[in-house]
Amino acid sequence: MFADLPLLSLVIWVPIVGGLLVLLVGSGSSGQNARVLSLLTALLTFALSLPLYSGFDNASAQMQFVELVPWIASFNVNYHLGVDGISMPLILLTSFTTVLVVIAGWDVIKFKPAQYMAAFLIMEGLMVGVFAALDAMLFYVFWEAMLIPMFIVIGVWGGDNRVYATLKFFLYTFLGSVFMLVALIYLYFQANSFSILDYHLLPLGLNVQIWIFLAFLLAFAVKVPMWPVHTWLPDAHVQAPTGGSVILAAIMLKLGAYGFLRFSLPITPDASHNLDWLMIGLSLIAVAYIGFVALVQQDMKKLIAYSSISHMGFVTLGLFIPWTIAESSGSFAGATMGMEGGVVQMISHGFVSGAMFLCVGVMYDRMHSRQIADYGGVVHVMPRFAAFMVLFAMANAGLPGTAGFVGEFMVILSAFKANFWIAFVAATTLILGAGYTLWMVKRVLFGEITNDKVATLQDINGREFLILSTLALAVLFFGLYPAPLLEVMDATVRHLVEHIAVSKVPLDAM
Amino acid sequence: MESIYNLGLLIVLAPLAGAIVAGLFGGTIGRKGAHSVTTLGVAISFVLSAVVFKQVVIDKVGILNQTVYTWLVSEGIRFEVGFLIDQLTAMMMVVVTFVSLMVHIYTIGYMSHDEENWPAGSRAGTNSYQRFFSYISLFTFSMLVLVMANNFMQLFFGWEAVGLVSYLLIGFWSTRESAVYANLKAFLVNRVGDFGFLLGIGAVLMTFNSLDYSAVFSTAELHKNLTFSIFPGSEWNMMTVIGILLFIGAMGKSAQVPLHVWLPDSMEGPTPISALIHAATMVTAGIFMVARMSPLYELSETALSFILIIGAITALFMGLLGLIQNDIKRVVAYSTLSQLGYMTVALGASAYAAGVFHLMTHAFFKALLFLGAGSVIIAMHHDQDMRNMGGLRKYMPITWITSLIGSLALIGTPFFAGFYSKDSIIMAVGESSIPGSGFAFAAVLAGVFITALYSFRMYFMVFHGKERMDHHTREHLHETPWVVTLPLVLLAIPSVVIGAIFVMDMPFGNFFGEAIYVAAEHDVLATVGESIHGWWGMALHGFLTPAFWLAAGGVFTAWMLHRKGLDIAVVMKERFGFVYKILDNKYWADEIYAKLFAAGGRGLGNGLWKVGDVALIDGLMVNGSARVVGVLSGITRRLQTGYLYHYAFAMIVGLLALFSLFIFR
Repeated sequence: MFADLPLLSLVIWVPIVGGLLVLLVGSGSSGQNARVLSLLTALLTFALSLPLYSGFDNASAQMQFVELVPWIASFNVNYHLGVDGISMPLILLTSFTTVLVVIAGWDVIKFKPAQYMAAFLIMEGLMVGVFAALDAMLFYVFWEAMLIPMFIVIGVWGGDNRVYATLKFFLYTFLGSVFMLVALIYLYFQANSFSILDYHLLPLGLNVQIWIFLAFLLAFAVKVPMWPVHTWLPDAHVQAPTGGSVILAAIMLKLGAYGFLRFSLPITPDASHNLDWLMIGLSLIAVAYIGFVALVQQDMKKLIAYSSISHMGFVTLGLFIPWTIAESSGSFAGATMGMEGGVVQMISHGFVSGAMFLCVGVMYDRMHSRQIADYGGVVHVMPRFAAFMVLFAMANAGLPGTAGFVGEFMVILSAFKANFWIAFVAATTLILGAGYTLWMVKRVLFGEITNDKVATLQDINGREFLILSTLALAVLFFGLYPAPLLEVMDATVRHLVEHIAVSKVPLDAM
Repeated sequence: MESIYNLGLLIVLAPLAGAIVAGLFGGTIGRKGAHSVTTLGVAISFVLSAVVFKQVVIDKVGILNQTVYTWLVSEGIRFEVGFLIDQLTAMMMVVVTFVSLMVHIYTIGYMSHDEENWPAGSRAGTNSYQRFFSYISLFTFSMLVLVMANNFMQLFFGWEAVGLVSYLLIGFWSTRESAVYANLKAFLVNRVGDFGFLLGIGAVLMTFNSLDYSAVFSTAELHKNLTFSIFPGSEWNMMTVIGILLFIGAMGKSAQVPLHVWLPDSMEGPTPISALIHAATMVTAGIFMVARMSPLYELSETALSFILIIGAITALFMGLLGLIQNDIKRVVAYSTLSQLGYMTVALGASAYAAGVFHLMTHAFFKALLFLGAGSVIIAMHHDQDMRNMGGLRKYMPITWITSLIGSLALIGTPFFAGFYSKDSIIMAVGESSIPGSGFAFAAVLAGVFITALYSFRMYFMVFHGKERMDHHTREHLHETPWVVTLPLVLLAIPSVVIGAIFVMDMPFGNFFGEAIYVAAEHDVLATVGESIHGWWGMALHGFLTPAFWLAAGGVFTAWMLHRKGLDIAVVMKERFGFVYKILDNKYWADEIYAKLFAAGGRGLGNGLWKVGDVALIDGLMVNGSARVVGVLSGITRRLQTGYLYHYAFAMIVGLLALFSLFIFR
């Protein structure tokens, strides 16, 4: 019944149109209408995204649910959509997270609630657009447009220092994207097409590939974010409202990694090979260096932001490990596991970091402080909340049985095949991750109540319970049974590894 | 086989169901409901484990190795959850569920006034009783997952899950700063071990391309000459690498030097879990793991030697620390560390069966000693200082007798359970030719004297001599309720008889069948076994061994000092101040770790953050370049309005211009 519907278009445009409608409804009658309409839109979008999973052919590495309509014919720009086993789960993650964000902001956001909800709905459509676009120009439009609602969310509903944070966020990401645009335009002249799939097959000399790779790297590394272009993230998180932080951590960071998967690796495999030492090095810096930095943060949101950067190091490590494996063992066996681990980490980090930011949000709504030192003994007044937070903290520390474990486990196993020391540094996350997460848990949840304000806190209400329990189920489900996620992506990732194993440098140029 | 599989599922899921019900619906079902449902779950588990034990060990119906479900498949490598139920697993299942059942019953008494441990108005304190039962049932589930695993991945699952529950239970009284410090410390030190363990799993997967026990063990021999380059130019035998990495995990979980520091602090948790988790079961997971991996360890004498030396150091030096403790639980805790060292020594000497045998007997008598200590603590109104005790035998006859039995078993009195297992280990080490076995033999022999000395120092301080408690406490001294004493009695029985029953089968027979593999040239137990003729003869001969006389000497010394009204700790402080200082500071391990790792980690983090992120990246690169731009654009200041939407607008215009350039070029 869904086969005939342009599902991807619907998942993109329903929330955007819904968001515009919410704007029209406005914040009148204290915004209740806007909230209900937003929730309905988010739920409808989520429902529309489900057939993408149920109708997905796991065995195929080809693009599915493809839509192709000419857009700007003179430039061969097309409205070209499609998903594979990597982008489809990310779209589901986006539509799922948006529902939670709408519920999370329900009666917390008192200032212009309609505009707040609309921003998230429009952002949802744009982010899905990024994941679904198969035309480089279309991708670029969604990629840049997506920044605007996030920019507004932080700038309007953010904390005291929001202007500095928004500027930093915007300039950082925009600066990176400009280089990507240049690379895309170059590729257009080479292929006479904006089709990303055409780029995948385009032979390119090594030097050209390296330039293109570096241009992409600037755009994507900022988004991931990778060290040393990561400093915008802690500031953005600290200033963003809870919903903004959730989307930022759960979805936006994935866009950078997705860019590597969709652009850098398949379009410039030889450059990726050539510069994999750089990527692996930066990934390990993210895991270890940022892990230590996270340890000493006094602000909970900063701590989780740094922990996000550290966890994203596993994604980039998994994506760029294949050649090291091939060099040490003589074959690419084991590379798929690392790359799949990276993709799993993208999804699981979406749940876990989203949940962690929601937990901080729950406390912030009550205390208006993110400082660890202002808390202590929260378990005595909010035992239910504490149970959730301990679960998510354990997931953040990569405890087996939670989603946080799966990706890290696969990447570390894969890295061991490549090089003992890469695995060694990556595995320090076991200690560092537990260190920074549980030390925060100890200082916030446990001990005696020292702050009188903490003594008056109320435990989570039904709405918060709903959000946190939904995420808890997701975290446990993917920790105990990640097989469905792997089945969806397996064919695609295998195909990608086969693709990057073959040089694209033309024979005469070698 | 199908029936064993179904039993296995029930055995695992019954405690899990209990944990979920008591944990999520504790408020609804109340205290009675919570302890009933969890105790019932564990009781079912125990009875069915006994059935499985009978079928697998006695009736020898065969070994179950079956997948429950596939966790994930990547590159054709299947990561599964499944059961391997052989003799080793069956024995562990019975021990775990039995001790757990005893602890469940005991907890009904021990935690009955738990609300007093929480600050007034703490909502976490309202259902603490139910939560405690939920945790110990969850622990039982996790431990069963660990011992019943048929692959490394699930082993790691169970491994980390017991660590999680241990964390939750050490910090159970979460108002106490010392408790929440101890649980964080325990988790992090264990994580250091897990770090090695996970890399070990990586090495196994790289070598065997599978994490399934049967696939790995059956082909281990083929890979015995494989080498692995850790540093360029230095080739290591792959089996040594795997063995040592996995053993680092065991060092964390089984608290071997230098990762032992968390176990004494874990005594901050309620006593029932000290007995269950930090004495009888979880801490022996490392011992179980190495025994399970015997087909791999047999291929590397280097790894065995490493294990042997670490175990010997732990056995001797941790025992010494027990001599000067005044907290009753800490004495038992250091004793546990030392006994874990004995088990580890056995593993290193390839006497896996003796190590696991000691694991079993130790589980009974050490759980007994801990629960006995807990019974004393209840009577003493939660005062744990032995200097305030004395003469308790008059008031608590059952606790007294059972604790005496536990102590006699611990020091290796002939005919008691501990004698058979400990003597097997000592004799096996004596026969071993693994490098380091000479030192290990001396260490375990010296350890016998020390064990007897600290055990009976504790025994005399608590149950004999002057009643040193205050008047109020003395007036209220009485034997603890039956839910507390019943487990003591039920644990005292195996503490006496279990050694004699199993000694001819377990270390000196073929009890474990294919479950434990020993290479012929390492088979010290077979050599020792030639001179052992039955449990009676072994015990009689036991009176003639140096180990017996060392133990007797320890008891005698403790008695002499006690009669003179002297305390070892005080005597040492006065006469051997230097030695006392070393022991009192526990070899400064805590201080060194706190300075080196905790403070060092924070220092490094602060340095990287303040210098790297804040000063260099943000200060110099980001804001610095922003300032440079600011200076340069001073000329064009008129264009800068300071409004963001102007900038955004300019960007869009710029983009449009770029587009038009292409269109009209």
